[in-house]
Amino acid sequence: MNTIALGIDRARYETKVYFRQGDTIFFTFLFPVVMLTIFSVAFSSSGNFGTNPDGTGGVDAAAFYLPGMIAAGLLLSGVQNLAVDIAVERGDGTLKRLGGTPLPVISYFIGKMGQVFATSLAQVVLLLLVSHFAFGVALPTEASKWGTFVWIYLLGITTSAVLGIALSRIPRTGKSATAVIIPIVLVLQFISGVYLSFTQLPTWLQNVASIFPLKWMAQGMRSVFLPDNFSSAEQGGSWNLGGVAIVLGIWLIVGLVAARFTFRWIRKDA
Amino acid sequence: MTETQPHVSVRDLRKTYGDFTALDGVSFDIDPGETFALLGPNGAGKSTTIEILEGYRDRTSGTATVLGIDPQHGGLSWKARLGIVLQSSGESGNVTVQEQLSHFAKLYPHSRDVDEVIAAVGLTEKAKTRIKNLSGGQRRRVDVALGVIGRPELLFLDEPTTGFDPEARREFWELIRSLKREGTTILLTTHYLDEAAQLSDRAGVIAGGTLIDIGTIDEIGDADARTPLVRWNDQNGAHEERTHEPAGLVARLYAAAGAEPTGLEVVRPSLEDVYLDLVGAYDNSLKDNS
Repeated sequence: MNTIALGIDRARYETKVYFRQGDTIFFTFLFPVVMLTIFSVAFSSSGNFGTNPDGTGGVDAAAFYLPGMIAAGLLLSGVQNLAVDIAVERGDGTLKRLGGTPLPVISYFIGKMGQVFATSLAQVVLLLLVSHFAFGVALPTEASKWGTFVWIYLLGITTSAVLGIALSRIPRTGKSATAVIIPIVLVLQFISGVYLSFTQLPTWLQNVASIFPLKWMAQGMRSVFLPDNFSSAEQGGSWNLGGVAIVLGIWLIVGLVAARFTFRWIRKDA
Repeated sequence: MTETQPHVSVRDLRKTYGDFTALDGVSFDIDPGETFALLGPNGAGKSTTIEILEGYRDRTSGTATVLGIDPQHGGLSWKARLGIVLQSSGESGNVTVQEQLSHFAKLYPHSRDVDEVIAAVGLTEKAKTRIKNLSGGQRRRVDVALGVIGRPELLFLDEPTTGFDPEARREFWELIRSLKREGTTILLTTHYLDEAAQLSDRAGVIAGGTLIDIGTIDEIGDADARTPLVRWNDQNGAHEERTHEPAGLVARLYAAAGAEPTGLEVVRPSLEDVYLDLVGAYDNSLKDNS
């Protein structure tokens, strides 16, 4: 088999294994749905968000939190999933075994990326279905909105997956992987407008968050799922999709370079 | 390369970690089709040697070639000719035996038949069981199956039968003999000396990072260590005598006592006895020098 075909076979294998791990399913796959449900129910009686002075233009809690949860899902399915997964595989001998076979590293990466695409796509569809059918969120009907969704989704999930591969080098052992990675991911979610409304954060914290990709993924998803009048509440008063593309693009390249040059099957002579 | 070149060739192999010398000038060859056992106590350098040859560790100095290639620069086509059974690992095992072997079979250009390999390691009834639900010995058989699925020319077996019950070990030996018949070259490390004696053509004994002896199974140890041992009891207690003429000794004992000596044994030292003598002598020489 060639490198691509092996990669596709790896993706099938990886996806199968993913859905057999109870902890991954809860903390990565279902987490955004659980959080959306909690926020939607908790704030269901507190009225609409982003209402104009004349009482129009607001959305309810479920609609307000949906874009942030989709963005959080991208971060979890990519960064958290792969950084922990690969660190654990390095710790438990999986990578050592693979490193002794003629499996190309690129095929291994294709397998991981394929697993991330498959699982995150299922995650997004689940989020949209739950928000629509359980909480009555009106989804966009314009094709242009879905076009925006597709490119932000693809750029976001690719960047996130590549950064996950790069970050998998940081935990020293497989056992410490979740303890090292989850705080990073959790802090980013709090400062990037997933759980807390971004513009309510102090300006300096907004500036810090703007360095990282999650803020831009969330902003991009808000441009798809929130009414256009919400754009005035963003930093700079617009959706700034150009900024979304640039920042995610830079992180994609940083992640690719880091993944390419730091990945090893084993820590030689550690 | 031609067939007459050794499959593994190691010269003056050294490996140091800071001040610690793990390997201090090890040299040996393994010919095509040969089974070579690397024996020695824990920490003697067996695994370091085998991991250098597998390409997992870099040597400090010396030379090594494996299938004609320096393992530090072995590419994918080189790895496709190897089979590696590492010491036990703790993989999560969320796939079935069959899924795992089918997947690994795809990595190699000339893989064996998955069901045949599963049958050869005696796991046909567990083929659809997830690996994490297998016993330790069964998981080890999966490791062995993964090591041979790619039809390797050279197979590394690092303590392959740890955790096997006696019956499983004998089945494993049959599997290894069938691989030998197909011409597979095998490098084996084991703590079971009977296993080494059963399977290997030659053995090297490694202690303290040096090769203290190497030869065919019948040659290992000095000639004295091979001398048969006669043990018996009389009114003065237990006796033990090494002799090349044990039958003569037994006949004299019988004649002298005029009766059957109690506790009579004639023992031809096994590889294990010879090995223990060798390693014991090495340890004593260290004490004498210090």
